Amino acid sequence: MIAETGLIALWLAAALALLQFALGAIGLRAGRQEYFAAIRSVTVAQGVFVTLSFLLLIWLFLRSDMSVRLVVMNSASVKPFIYKFSGTWGNHEGSMLLWVTVMGLAGAFIAMFERSLKQKTLVATLAAQAFISLGFYAFLLISSNPFERMFPVPADGQGLNPLLQDPGLAFHPPTLYFGYVGLSVAFSFAVGAMITRDVGAAFAKAMRPWVLGAWIFLTLGITAGSYWAYYELGWGGWWFWDPVENAALMPWLAATALLHSVTVLATRDGLRAWTLMLAVVAFSMSMIGTFLVRSGILTSVHAFAVDPERGSFILALLAIYIGGAMALFALRVGTVKEGSRFELVSREGALVANNLLLSVILGLVFIGTLYPLLVEAVTGEKLSVGPPYFNLATGPLALMLVAVMAAGPLLRWRRDNPKALLNRISIPILITAAALFALALFTTGMSVLALLGLALAIGVGVASFAPLWKRNLRRTPLHTYGMVIAHFGIAVALAGMACESSFTEEKLVAAKPGDEIAVNDWTLKFDAIEPVAGPNWTALEARITAQYGDGALHQINPQNRMFPAAQTQTSEAALLTRWNGQLYVVLGDGDSQGRWQVRVWWKPFVTWIWYGGILVALGGFLAMIGRLRRSYKQRKQREYAEAIV
Amino acid sequence: MKRFLALLLMWVAAPTAAQTGLPPAPYADRQLADPQQEAAARDLMDELRCLKCQSQSIADSNAPMAGDMRSQVRERIAAGETPEEVRSWLIERYGNWVSYNPPIASAVTWPLWIAPILLLFAALWLARGRFGKTRDDE
Repeated sequence: MIAETGLIALWLAAALALLQFALGAIGLRAGRQEYFAAIRSVTVAQGVFVTLSFLLLIWLFLRSDMSVRLVVMNSASVKPFIYKFSGTWGNHEGSMLLWVTVMGLAGAFIAMFERSLKQKTLVATLAAQAFISLGFYAFLLISSNPFERMFPVPADGQGLNPLLQDPGLAFHPPTLYFGYVGLSVAFSFAVGAMITRDVGAAFAKAMRPWVLGAWIFLTLGITAGSYWAYYELGWGGWWFWDPVENAALMPWLAATALLHSVTVLATRDGLRAWTLMLAVVAFSMSMIGTFLVRSGILTSVHAFAVDPERGSFILALLAIYIGGAMALFALRVGTVKEGSRFELVSREGALVANNLLLSVILGLVFIGTLYPLLVEAVTGEKLSVGPPYFNLATGPLALMLVAVMAAGPLLRWRRDNPKALLNRISIPILITAAALFALALFTTGMSVLALLGLALAIGVGVASFAPLWKRNLRRTPLHTYGMVIAHFGIAVALAGMACESSFTEEKLVAAKPGDEIAVNDWTLKFDAIEPVAGPNWTALEARITAQYGDGALHQINPQNRMFPAAQTQTSEAALLTRWNGQLYVVLGDGDSQGRWQVRVWWKPFVTWIWYGGILVALGGFLAMIGRLRRSYKQRKQREYAEAIV
Repeated sequence: MKRFLALLLMWVAAPTAAQTGLPPAPYADRQLADPQQEAAARDLMDELRCLKCQSQSIADSNAPMAGDMRSQVRERIAAGETPEEVRSWLIERYGNWVSYNPPIASAVTWPLWIAPILLLFAALWLARGRFGKTRDDE
């Protein structure tokens, strides 16, 4: 009965979304006030029903109800609780339902709490949201019903992919989905503003928290995903320029650009058309991120053909969404004035540079990801585009972007004097130059890109604090702190990337128990191999004692795990973190002479990559809190003033 | 199409051949003694695709075929071949699919390398119009 109730709730939610869209569309056309009043409650009801449906699916997974096909395919009764829970969205149907649930909740939230937008714009926004959700409902109900029953009922399920049985990955997809949904909400705002021709500072202020929120989640999601790939795949790589990674990176790039241009729109009422364009692009990228990964087309054109019905559905949805968004933009952009003007050397000028560089990088990632598919579809020839291309094509641009990032916050709005800027930024420039000189002199084997990157990271790390220089720190607004921390986080991450790529030391050995392995200042003593067992796996575990210089002894235990339910082997790396880097040890296979493959890496400052990512997200969070608090205060003041009058 | 089929055959056949071949990939997980050669081999392995995996380089893969290819790369580098020679030998065998670094001088891949320049010009052109207008205003 639970499954049927869930399906009914899903149908009801879909019907309510249709009603929500119709109320908005007809209401706006006919200018009917009573429709406007109804749309809020319909939106909330839709949110309630879709959430109910998702909760019921979670319940089915927790109960291990093996009469439901989705549970059978992605869960097993012997599995830790948390992975039964996360198994709900660790699959195609469940993740789509999660997506539309978050969308429904976001809609309900807007309907209940959004007060600063004009009523008509709000109605148009909610209608646009319903339209987006309808595609997902149709997709779920027609081709990917998560509640489908299975007969005969099997004795047990097939289990979740062991690679996904990891706390990091359990919460990685929802984090990204929150980000994607946030961008869709931002896009709905843009559609609302385009329909009612109300593109201005008020609209930008209403949209900004959603962009910021989406961006925070995307930042966290990408950071977590990168760390997961790093420790779970067992080869010490943290970014592979894999199409699936790129599918998450592209929305982030677009969101980062949008975040900066929406600030210009909110503060200076400039860059109106450009901001709308970015909102459209960011939404398109989040759709591509959601759907292309799900369709399997990114892996290969052939993987797509395995399930052509679902794949075609996805492509049709993508075409409708992106095509519709672009068409609406093209129709309305002519009537949108670009807004306040500014000079080349100004805060806006730097933000435009930021936007253009991010857009070019986004374009390159897009081309690099999809071009092989295009070539394969047209000529049948398979080709690969990977790290060498992406690093070379986007690396220099990213460094330019980081340099602009250091200068931008020191510029005045509208107009500034280049000499004054040079004055303000002279110390970071000197530091960068000194770092470059020292690195070139004292290190060997650094690539040009890494060398420039590390020097720039050091200079920018200092420059990112310059906006606080000579300011009253207690009266500095919270969002300024947010910006400072986020920019500093970028410098930290960049330093980590440059160090990891330049100074990593690797050692591959076939070792017998009793052998010693030396890497950098580390001495590892391979003590023994022991069998161990977990709830749904068995493993061979190496007992290794590691020592840095003559420091303390650390016991580390890399494992080679076997998951019988899925017939899969995973290697659990053992990590040892010091302030100046991470020791990474992996146990491989054994041979007939009692030797074991042991892979050891010493990665200086590699953790800075993810600390940087967390700092960036933290900065975003502070900025959002600061902005929300300020707009709340302003609204209260306005209401108070109105009450007195 | 014929070439593609041949490639596909080779692709399927290679791992089987490797399994039956008697000395099984001695350098799959063993480093070369010369650190410079090892570094060169390592850099190349990062740029070669594991043909049996989903988007992994042979340097990052547990697949047996990736191990065979690592061993091949190390042995050839140790024998004095340059990384580019090893790469072209592999491309000859497996096609452009095997290398993550798309060649510039190839009929299908050159647009990739033009793209950064084109996009950058497009961006500059967009920006120029924007600031040009500003100056007109004043």
